[in-house]
Amino acid sequence: MATETHDAATDAAHTAGHAAESAGMPQLDFSTYSNQIVWLVVALVAIYFILTRIALPRVAAVLAERQGTITNDIAAAEELKLKAQEAEAAYQQALADARAEAARIVAETKAEIQAELDAATARADAEIAAKAAESEKAIAEIREGAMAAVKDVAQETAAEIVSALGMKADAEAISAAVAARVKG
Amino acid sequence: MASEAHGEEGGLVFHPMDQFIVKPLFGDGPVHWYTITNVTLWMGIAVLGIFLLMVVGTRGRAIVPSRIQSVAELAYGFVYKMVEDVTGKDAVRFFPYIFTLFMFIVFANFLGLIPMSFTTTSHFAVTAVLALAVFITVTVLGFVLNGTKFLGLFWVSSAPLALRPILAIIELISYFVRPVSHCIRLAGNVMAGHAVIKVFAGFAAIAVISPVSVLAITAMYGLEVLVAFIQAYVFTILTCVYLKDALHPSH
Repeated sequence: MATETHDAATDAAHTAGHAAESAGMPQLDFSTYSNQIVWLVVALVAIYFILTRIALPRVAAVLAERQGTITNDIAAAEELKLKAQEAEAAYQQALADARAEAARIVAETKAEIQAELDAATARADAEIAAKAAESEKAIAEIREGAMAAVKDVAQETAAEIVSALGMKADAEAISAAVAARVKG
Repeated sequence: MASEAHGEEGGLVFHPMDQFIVKPLFGDGPVHWYTITNVTLWMGIAVLGIFLLMVVGTRGRAIVPSRIQSVAELAYGFVYKMVEDVTGKDAVRFFPYIFTLFMFIVFANFLGLIPMSFTTTSHFAVTAVLALAVFITVTVLGFVLNGTKFLGLFWVSSAPLALRPILAIIELISYFVRPVSHCIRLAGNVMAGHAVIKVFAGFAAIAVISPVSVLAITAMYGLEVLVAFIQAYVFTILTCVYLKDALHPSH
């Protein structure tokens, strides 16, 4: 068989340094072809059955399962996100309510305090007014008293002066004169 | 066999192609079709590797995958998306077939990168069977699904009428060249890379050159890692493209 392959293999043979006996290309040694083909077919059939019976369905199942898991997880995540958004909305609502409540309480308290304050102020005003009125009355009384005293002193003084001048004057004339003078 | 012709001559001896020799695993007889050879061994290891990755690696069926499971899922998703994008949604029923091809080629290519290993995808016998399987599948499927409309693939209706017969011949030739290029592209790339690494390794026998040689081997190895995946990818995506012709033959 080496002679058949001799021509094609001359180059290879030269490289090998043997021109006489063909080193040849083992690839062109047709006597081994049947052997290679048989074993190749056996190997390919074996691989085909290993793959189609066991490996490929298994890998396909795993890939499908993973895809399913990923899809489910994404859906679950979406749901959780929605829930979180709802929770946040509820929280914001609660916060707003609490703020409104607080504002209301503040306003109420303020109003109460204001009312108390107003009442106290009014009471104080009333007291002050009463005291002022009392004081005015006292002052008026004192003034009245002072006027009467002035009249008395004037009458007495006038009577004394008249008597000192050696005349006699009746009390009525003096008091009339004093009253006229004090008025004027 | 041819390999026994190489003598120990001292100095530089290159056996870049010896790594591709198919030999019986036990004993030294001729290679019959049933002989257990290194091809058997490395294809078996490829099957075992695929079993470990796709079955043992995914046994946890975890929602949060382990490392090996995520590699298996990555491979599944990679090929699945490729079939869906290139061939169309209705081609998903061919996904196990395409995934089998992809996994076999990827594992064979990467196992071949282990030093001292045997690269099954470097043999035209192997890649030709893979390519012919695709070719026959596509052709039969094309006729079964579309009947004679499948021939519309060769009759370019968007071209001027006068050009169509010429184009039909070109299309026909290119259609039949497909399995050849499909097969040689994979085996050729893998074989060339491995042979180049071996040649560099031969140079390592010279002390002065050996550092350069080691560097070159390292660089080539990196390239080969890339090639191992890219060729598997290319083979698979071309399968998808050809399959698309069978499913949607309109140009």
